[in-house]
Amino acid sequence: MLHTLLKSTAEKSGLFHGGIEPEMSKITANSSISTSMIAPVYIVPIKQHIGEPCTPIVSVGEHIFRGQKIAKSEGYVSVPVHAPTSGKVVKIEEHAIPHPSGMGLPSIFIEPDGKDTRDESLEPIENYRERDPAELRERVRFCGIAGLGGAVFPTFIKLLKDQRNPIETVILNGIECEPYLTSDHRLMVEKPENIARGIDIIMHMVGAKRAIIAIEDNKPDAADAMRNAISSIPDMEHVEVHLLPTRYPQGSEKQLVQVLTGKEIPAGKLPMHIGVLCQNVGTTHAIFDAVIRGRPLTERIVTVSGDAVPRPGNMRTRLGTPMSFVFAQHGLEHFEGLHILHGGPMMGERLKAADVPVVKSTNGLLAMKSETMMKSHKVEQPCIRCGHCGVACPVNLVPNLLADQCRSEQFEKAESYNLFDCIECGACSYVCPSNIPLVHYFRYGKGQLAQISRAKGFAEASKERSEARDARIEREKEERAAKRKKVRATHKPKPADEKPAEERADEGKPTDEKSDSKGSES
Amino acid sequence: MTQLLAATLSFGAFALLFGVLLAIAGRVFKVEGDPIADNIETLLPQTQCGQCGFVGCKPYAGAVAAGEAEVNQCVPGGERTMLQIADLMGVEPKTVEDEPSAPMIAFVREDECIGCTLCIKACPVDAILGAPKQYHTVITDHCTGCTLCVEPCPVDCIDMLIKPELLEHWSWPLPDTDRSRLAMVRKGQHAPYTA
Repeated sequence: MLHTLLKSTAEKSGLFHGGIEPEMSKITANSSISTSMIAPVYIVPIKQHIGEPCTPIVSVGEHIFRGQKIAKSEGYVSVPVHAPTSGKVVKIEEHAIPHPSGMGLPSIFIEPDGKDTRDESLEPIENYRERDPAELRERVRFCGIAGLGGAVFPTFIKLLKDQRNPIETVILNGIECEPYLTSDHRLMVEKPENIARGIDIIMHMVGAKRAIIAIEDNKPDAADAMRNAISSIPDMEHVEVHLLPTRYPQGSEKQLVQVLTGKEIPAGKLPMHIGVLCQNVGTTHAIFDAVIRGRPLTERIVTVSGDAVPRPGNMRTRLGTPMSFVFAQHGLEHFEGLHILHGGPMMGERLKAADVPVVKSTNGLLAMKSETMMKSHKVEQPCIRCGHCGVACPVNLVPNLLADQCRSEQFEKAESYNLFDCIECGACSYVCPSNIPLVHYFRYGKGQLAQISRAKGFAEASKERSEARDARIEREKEERAAKRKKVRATHKPKPADEKPAEERADEGKPTDEKSDSKGSES
Repeated sequence: MTQLLAATLSFGAFALLFGVLLAIAGRVFKVEGDPIADNIETLLPQTQCGQCGFVGCKPYAGAVAAGEAEVNQCVPGGERTMLQIADLMGVEPKTVEDEPSAPMIAFVREDECIGCTLCIKACPVDAILGAPKQYHTVITDHCTGCTLCVEPCPVDCIDMLIKPELLEHWSWPLPDTDRSRLAMVRKGQHAPYTA
């Protein structure tokens, strides 16, 4: 009842279902973006996006320039990796990446020469409005741009002018609803013209007629900056700034599209299926850099914050900078007893060590004192069926039920209750009075389901191979038998009667056919 | 009397009609093979390892369907497969005695391989590549870890290695809370086969 009531009010007011209002703690909202010093070493993992990993194209000892391509993409869903500074490749070996497993990937280690010379081979494209969108798309792909909001999906794939799904509206996602994070906020305040030009490039590429810049009302300075920037650039009257009420997880693509257009993206579909394209602020700025300046993606804005950081701030950091070096510039050098989070406190992942590099998905680095984390992670109590989690869920799931199913290993059942629609926003865990780590259960369930489906696929492939082998052995056996018969018949020293030999030779054929048909059957 | 006769005749006619229809349907819609065995086979992990005592997954599936084998003989499938088969067959679950080992893959030490092709012949899923008097090698993506190639090798150059965990295949563990542990323990206690 309450559920339906809330749903109907949500639909009326153009809001998404559920959501929460956490303590925002945006302590770095007013600290301007500083630039990181050159690190003593850069560790560049060969895969920083969703999709296939890249292959290194530099060798140990080679001197490279900033922006030079050092790993090429393999496959379609992939973007190349570029050198963050000029220097020497010292080694290529596996190194831990920011991942909750603490596992690693092959990484290129670069020792800077301190000169920071750029590779200037990419020509700046000033007159992008006269250029072919396909050419610009190739530029975006070449420059290694992936969604910098955290999902790191290769951006060029979304920037397709597709006749079947024409894009009408481009949405610039300046929501940044995660507590603590302010990297997009500061970028909008400090570089609004670049972002506006970036939007114009995207609109030209996909042929969109209008664009919406969505900003939450806790960032009025960013909205003002963007408004001024739009009015200062000619031909941008179809771009408008929407100020939305602050609510987590409004920055999630599906929720934001629902709020702005009133249309819900169906399960398993993308925004482009309803004519919408969403881009993150950082990604849009990276597109501007790639097209107008001819610079590949080698740096991003990272919010360094948390109650254990003495001097929190926003920092322009090159990809591959060791996190310990980033924290050291903000006054934090000892990590004992601290929780290091990669990303925001709601969706970010806890890291096992701080020696991992900054990658394309690093929108924030938080260091929390253990006491604060322990206070929020109390002992899990039994579910009291209060229903708060269902009210808070932005995708209309029933979290308590799903958690029970995951806990008792009824994964298929959880899947039928749309476990995969969960966006892992953490709103349910946040409101749970029994401190049930709901999202953690969902991640466990999703992982187990993925493993089950992988095992199933492997079993099917093995079965196919095994059956093919059996059929082959059977066929070979029959062929041999037929041959033997034939040989025996022709070499039989009884020349007086030739008829039986002929008959036998004919017999060989039908058996052959038989075995063939058997082989094709199985 | 006529009523009795009419009833008998009409029922007789219906019986004859349906009999003929069923006979035709039985011929037209005849199912080749044993559907239950096929269903069981799809539940099995297809390692073709023979740990169940049969030469492969298909013969074991056939034996279970015919009631000649127990539901708990598939070792790599573990408890999950056993429960699924028991559910399909409508029988009581039984404990799987052997713990499934960690996923393994075979590895040929190529320096020592003499190229005898015996392991190639032993591999049930054609996952070993090679030719006479050439080094053999295991296609790691195809290896089911059944260990059947280890025994025939005359120079013992095949090792079974634990399958390396890939970053893409990593998945979140169960949350480390008292309640999730309790759920695991309870599940064991209340399962019918240990009661």
